[in-house]
Amino acid sequence: MKNIIDMIMAPEYSFTAVVVLFILMIKYVDKIATKKFGYSLLLGMTVFIGWLFTDNVFRLNFFATNDNVPIIFLVFLVVWSCWFSLYKGIQNDNRIAAGGVPLEAEPENREKVWSWPNLVYTELFAIIACTIFLIVWAIVFKSPLEEPANPTWAPNPAKAPWYFLGLQEMLVYFDPWLAGVLLPGLIIVGLVAIPYMDVNPKGNGYYTFRERKFAITTFLFGWLVLWVFLIIIGTFLRGPNWVYYGPFEVWDAHKVLAANNVNISEYFWIKLLNQGLPKNILVREIAGIIMTVGYFVVGIPLFNKFFGNKYLKRMGMIRYYLMVMLIFMTLTLPIKMYLRWSINLKYIIFMPEFEFNI
Amino acid sequence: MAEKSFAEKVANTQVWKSIFRHGPPNNARNRAAIVAGNVFLHLHPIKLKKSGVQLGYTWCMGGLSFFVFLALSVTGVLLMFYYRPTAEYAFNDIIGMREHVPLGIMRELHRWGAHAMVITVWIHMFRVFMTGSYKPPREFNWGVGVILLVLTLLLSFTGYLLPWDQLAIWAITVGSNMAKATPFAGHGGPGAALATIGDFVMVSDKNDVRFQLLAGRFVGEATLLRFYILHCVFIPLVVSVLIAIHFWRIRKDGGISAPL
Repeated sequence: MKNIIDMIMAPEYSFTAVVVLFILMIKYVDKIATKKFGYSLLLGMTVFIGWLFTDNVFRLNFFATNDNVPIIFLVFLVVWSCWFSLYKGIQNDNRIAAGGVPLEAEPENREKVWSWPNLVYTELFAIIACTIFLIVWAIVFKSPLEEPANPTWAPNPAKAPWYFLGLQEMLVYFDPWLAGVLLPGLIIVGLVAIPYMDVNPKGNGYYTFRERKFAITTFLFGWLVLWVFLIIIGTFLRGPNWVYYGPFEVWDAHKVLAANNVNISEYFWIKLLNQGLPKNILVREIAGIIMTVGYFVVGIPLFNKFFGNKYLKRMGMIRYYLMVMLIFMTLTLPIKMYLRWSINLKYIIFMPEFEFNI
Repeated sequence: MAEKSFAEKVANTQVWKSIFRHGPPNNARNRAAIVAGNVFLHLHPIKLKKSGVQLGYTWCMGGLSFFVFLALSVTGVLLMFYYRPTAEYAFNDIIGMREHVPLGIMRELHRWGAHAMVITVWIHMFRVFMTGSYKPPREFNWGVGVILLVLTLLLSFTGYLLPWDQLAIWAITVGSNMAKATPFAGHGGPGAALATIGDFVMVSDKNDVRFQLLAGRFVGEATLLRFYILHCVFIPLVVSVLIAIHFWRIRKDGGISAPL
C-alpha cells in the first residue's frame, strides 16, 4: 500500500490526478455541494492525514522543521473553504432556479442591525478563539532553530519558506527569470486585474457558482491546482537535490535520477534531421521559436474561435486580450510540466548566450 | 428611593464619565454612541446589513488577519528588546530567548502568528473572490488587498532571516537568487548581457537588484540589518498605511459586500 502511494504520488501522476479530480469537482459540483459530502470529505482527510502520521518516515520528514505544521492547517482550511463556498453557492443557485433570491438577499438578511453588540461580540469571540489557538500552538510546537548560519555549507535541499515552495517547485520546469520573476509578477498583475476583466454583474455580494461558472473555475484551478498543490509537492514530495521522494520514502541524498533532459533544438537538429547544431543561434533555436510564437499566434485565434467570441463581444478588446494573455501564460506551466514528463524536454528555446531559456 | 449599586456609582464619577461619554449599551442611542465615539470601534459602521455580520458569510478572516497583524506587532516589539541584528549576536539572542526565559513562547507566538497571517490573508482573499466582493464598486480595494497580500508574504520572508540559523540564511539565499534572474535588472537574467558599453558591464553582481536587496553579493551581515529594518519598520509602516486605506475604502464602498 505505502509503496503504491510512493509511486503514484510522483508529480506526473499526482498532478494529473489532481487535475482530473478538479474537473470532476466542477462537473459534479451538485453532488459535492452537499453536507454529506462535505462531512465525509473532512472525515476522510482527517483519517488519511492521521494515517500518514502513523508512519515513522513520514513523521520524521514532516517534523524535520516545525514550519511544516501550518501547512496542515492550510490544507484543512483550503479544502473546507472550497467545499463550503461551493455548498453555499449551489444552495443559492437552487434558490434562484426556483424563482427565489440568494440567502443573503432575503429581507431578514438585508435588515440592518447594530454593530454593537452584533458585530463587535462576534469579533471578540473570534479574537479570543484565535488567541487561544495561537497560544496552544506556541506551547505545543517550538519554533524551529537550526545550527548557526554557515555560509560555506548549504543544506540539501535548501528550501524557501513553505508559502514560496510552489514557486520553487516551478523552478523544476522553468528558469528563475520565468518561475521566480515573470510568472509571480503576472500572478500579482492578474489578481489586481480580475475586477477589471470580470464584467459579469451577477454574483456580487453572495455565494454562487452557476452565475459565475467561468470566473470561479479559472480562479479555483489557479488556487487549488497551481498554487496549493504545488506547495504540497514542494514541501512534502521534494527531498535532497529537489528529487521526488514519496511520502514514505527515506530522504537518501544518493538517490539516482536519470537526468538526461533534452532541448527542442537537439530534438530537431540531431534526432530529426540527423546533423549537428548550427552555429547561428536563431537558426539553431528555430524550432523552439516557431513553437513559442505559434503557441500565441495560432493558439489565440483558435481559442477565440472555439471559446472566445461571446466573451470578446461582452468584454471588449482590451479586457479580453488581457485575460487571454494571462490564461495562455498560466497554461505554459502545465504544458511545460507535461512536456518534461513525456519527452524529457529541458528547454523549448535555449539561448544561454543571453540567459534566455524557456 | 432605591440604593445605587457600586457599579452605578462608579459610572457616575467624573473620571468615568470623562472616559466613556455614553451610558450602558442598553438602548439604540448609546449603542450608536459607543461605536461612533471610540476610535477603534468607529472602524465599524453604526449599523450594517445582517448578512455582513454572519460568520457563514465573512468567515471573519479579514478581521482575524488584522488581529494577527496587531498581535505580531506587539510580540515583535517585545522580541526587539532582546534581539540584536548582527552576525555576532543574532543567533545567540534567539538561543537566549529559548533557554533563559522560563515558559517563553513569545518567539513561538510571533512565528506561528506570521504563518497564521499568511493563511488567514489567503483565505480572506478566497472568500472575497467567492462572494464576488471585488466587483464594482470595490475593484480598487481588491487591488489594495492584493498588495497587502504581497506585503504579508514579504514581511514573513524578511522575518525568516532574523534567527540567523541555517534554515534562515539558506531560505533567503534560495529566495533572493530569484532576483538575480530579473530580466535586464539582474546579472543572471535575460538581457543583462546586452547592457554593456564597450568593456563596461552595466548590470553585474555588484549593482543588480539582488545586490540592492541583500546589500551585498550574498546573504551576509549587511543583509541581516537590511532585512531587520525592512521587517520591523519599513514594511509594517507601509502595511499600516495600506490597511488604513483598505478599511476606509470598505466603508466608503458601501461596507461589507451584500447583494446589490
